[in-house]
Amino acid sequence: MQSLEQIKVRIEQAVPGACVVIVANDALPTQSSLLLDHRHAVDVARFLRDDPELCFDYASNVTGVDRPESIIKEKVRVKKMVDGAECLIEEVSERKTRAYLEAVYHLYSMKLKHGPLIIRLQTENREEKTHLPSLTPVWRSCEFQEREAFDLFGILFDGHPDLRRILMWDGFKDFPMRKDYVDPDDYEYEPTPHDEVLERAKQHYKPEVQS
Amino acid sequence: MIAPREEFKSWQSGVAGNGSGNGSGNGSSYGAVRSSEAKLVKKTDDSLGGDLLEVAMGPHHPSTHGVFRMDVVLDGETVVKLKPVFGYLHRNHEKIGETNSYLAAIPYTDRLDYICSMTNNWAYVHTVEKLTGLQPPERAEYIRVIVAELTRLVNHTCLIGFLVQDMGALGTPLMYAFRERENIIDLFESLSGSRMMFNYMRFGGLRCDLPPGWIEQAKRVVANYSRFLDDYEALLSGNEILLARSQGVGVLKKDLAISAGVTGPMLRASGVNYDLRKVDQYGIYNRFQFRIPLGEHGDVFDRYMIRVLEMREAVKILDQALAQIPEGPINDPKAKLRGLRPKPGEVYGRIESPKGELGFYLITDGSPNPYRFRIRPPSLINLTILEDMCLGQSVADAVIILGSVDIVLGEVDR
Amino acid sequence: MEITPSENNSVMDEALRSELSKQGVFTTSLQELYNWGRKNSLWPLQFGLACCAIEMIAASMARFDISRFGAEVFRPSPRQADLMIVAGTVTKKMAPQVVRLYNQMPEPKYVIAMGACAISGGPFKQGYNVLKGIDRFLPVDVHIPGCPPRPEALLDALMALQKKIEQQSLTGVTRPRHLTEDARSEFPIPEFGEHDLVPSKNPELWFPPTPMKKP
Repeated sequence: MQSLEQIKVRIEQAVPGACVVIVANDALPTQSSLLLDHRHAVDVARFLRDDPELCFDYASNVTGVDRPESIIKEKVRVKKMVDGAECLIEEVSERKTRAYLEAVYHLYSMKLKHGPLIIRLQTENREEKTHLPSLTPVWRSCEFQEREAFDLFGILFDGHPDLRRILMWDGFKDFPMRKDYVDPDDYEYEPTPHDEVLERAKQHYKPEVQS
Repeated sequence: MIAPREEFKSWQSGVAGNGSGNGSGNGSSYGAVRSSEAKLVKKTDDSLGGDLLEVAMGPHHPSTHGVFRMDVVLDGETVVKLKPVFGYLHRNHEKIGETNSYLAAIPYTDRLDYICSMTNNWAYVHTVEKLTGLQPPERAEYIRVIVAELTRLVNHTCLIGFLVQDMGALGTPLMYAFRERENIIDLFESLSGSRMMFNYMRFGGLRCDLPPGWIEQAKRVVANYSRFLDDYEALLSGNEILLARSQGVGVLKKDLAISAGVTGPMLRASGVNYDLRKVDQYGIYNRFQFRIPLGEHGDVFDRYMIRVLEMREAVKILDQALAQIPEGPINDPKAKLRGLRPKPGEVYGRIESPKGELGFYLITDGSPNPYRFRIRPPSLINLTILEDMCLGQSVADAVIILGSVDIVLGEVDR
Repeated sequence: MEITPSENNSVMDEALRSELSKQGVFTTSLQELYNWGRKNSLWPLQFGLACCAIEMIAASMARFDISRFGAEVFRPSPRQADLMIVAGTVTKKMAPQVVRLYNQMPEPKYVIAMGACAISGGPFKQGYNVLKGIDRFLPVDVHIPGCPPRPEALLDALMALQKKIEQQSLTGVTRPRHLTEDARSEFPIPEFGEHDLVPSKNPELWFPPTPMKKP
């Protein structure tokens, strides 16, 4: 398989205007991924599938990821002049990450037996701009998995032939796999080792616990 | 009289086909074929003026292998529309996986595809090993292959039992299947202490070593298995009802199978040579001699036959592995089970489970539990083309087609 | 499980009965005959939900052979079944269907909750879509712990249920639910709400356990 940089160059040649960013993966560098832009995602996907050298004919895994806003604290060593002498001082910088939802596609080639190539698509935010282009017209295997990402994360795939809830019932309003989902309060008090459950159960039965 | 297919006969005797096949399709022509484009619907006699009948098969239906539901629209006996409905066993594996530590997720993987707990364990520990760079020792690798292939035997035997039960063979084949399953379950029970939920594998190794005498007992079970397969095939493979009900039913074309991400015996029955044991060569599968059976027609009969042949190959792998297994440690000394904190990043690992490609996708953020815990279920994705296979068939065939897909609802809905 | 011996269980003198049986004369009461017939021909509903269903099938196969206890006739239709074995996790999406199936069964009917999930949600108790025990919507006669319970445990539960049936009297205050005139054989079916089932439990059936006080 060609390297990620080569694939990026080839995509940019084949699909004019496509913006491809390599997302590094520190844990496993061989599984770094390509971030695609919305407008050209379907064209890029079609190129990846049809190009005879790449031939990613098989989209194995499609999933959503929730990235809520979080504050990352970083310690930075800064050179500063203190009392006329230069010394290193640790400064803690805080930065907020962008909140977005992400769809991740793991592509393999059944014909050439290589892979994975990982492509990602990111929404603008988590609230109202959660649209992404659907890749179901390119790979049929995305059909149920994109429906699942819609059901559990609330990602709206434009161009999906049948975007309905797949696991939860139709009238369900929440997106349960999001990090800020609060599930219905239906625990009872039980002597359980799960601290979190225990705390919730205590909340649930406050009057009885106190009496 | 319908005859069994010649190509399988020759395959078994080893005359033709070395399992390598030409599994590659035409790369540029795979289109995402949609079922609405497929014009398979037979027109019935309109002069009768019949209406279409909508039937909800399931979630409680004896043929749906669990709590699966198919909303079928029928024109007489012919299926004109079929929409699968999922979620009746949605047990929130992924959400619970995010709150658990890496170690605590292993028992949950048992309950995904509850007939094949061992391969589920393996898929998960394989993924974490990929992430952390742990390497199980030789003996552990051999034991993993042995239990995985025994699991394949259990799964395929039981599946065939359920499949022919859907065709009307009430009892006998399924009872034989469960009789053989009990022998293997006994082996697993002496290994792990449980009949179904084994919780046996660990990152970089296994939970415990084989008990004394286990190898000998396993050899006895495997030696008897070929004989059982002969019996099973004598009972079924030439049976006229099975042939009549399965040949030419539920045909899945190669291009559509690849585009729809179908994996496992179903894919190979359509003639695509893609088995992760050969492609990825995870574990130590490159040390064993075995072939990959391929079908040609992609119908229910091919799917049945591929599974029978895969069992015969599994017996071959087991013979080799049980003869070669070395002594030694079973755990990587670097392995850390409790409080495992892999460094931030992500990993996708996959193995060939008996149902297809079982993958785990983990995103880590340096904390003791995964940030995202995703399971790639072969059963769910193999159902993508259920409607395409059933259109134009009779409703009784739809039941058999579903049976030949081989689903376990624990994995479909997770 | 509560087994209450009824007052009219021993209407006949035991010594006389034993004496008669030695001479080839067998005596019985209508109630005993009725219960004997019922307990030895329990027809379970063929109804598998999850992992436990595989062990339920294993129990009906040659090795464990549930037909020794007269309960091998798994019926696909609830209209023909006496016994519902809730074998596996009941999810919130499935719960209305389970209650509906129970309502469609004819009286007298019994429920066995098989496995940790059916009892309380088991390992999946934290799940947002998992019902925390079927006894929130249905009256359960026998609970079997285990994940999954072995087939022997299912047989044991069946025998416990048979004992229960054996000791049910046809008349009197201890008579079973289905023999009372205003017997209620149907329970309200929950509906899908926006966040949870509505109602999330049947308040007439399910009472939350009293919280344990710390010593």
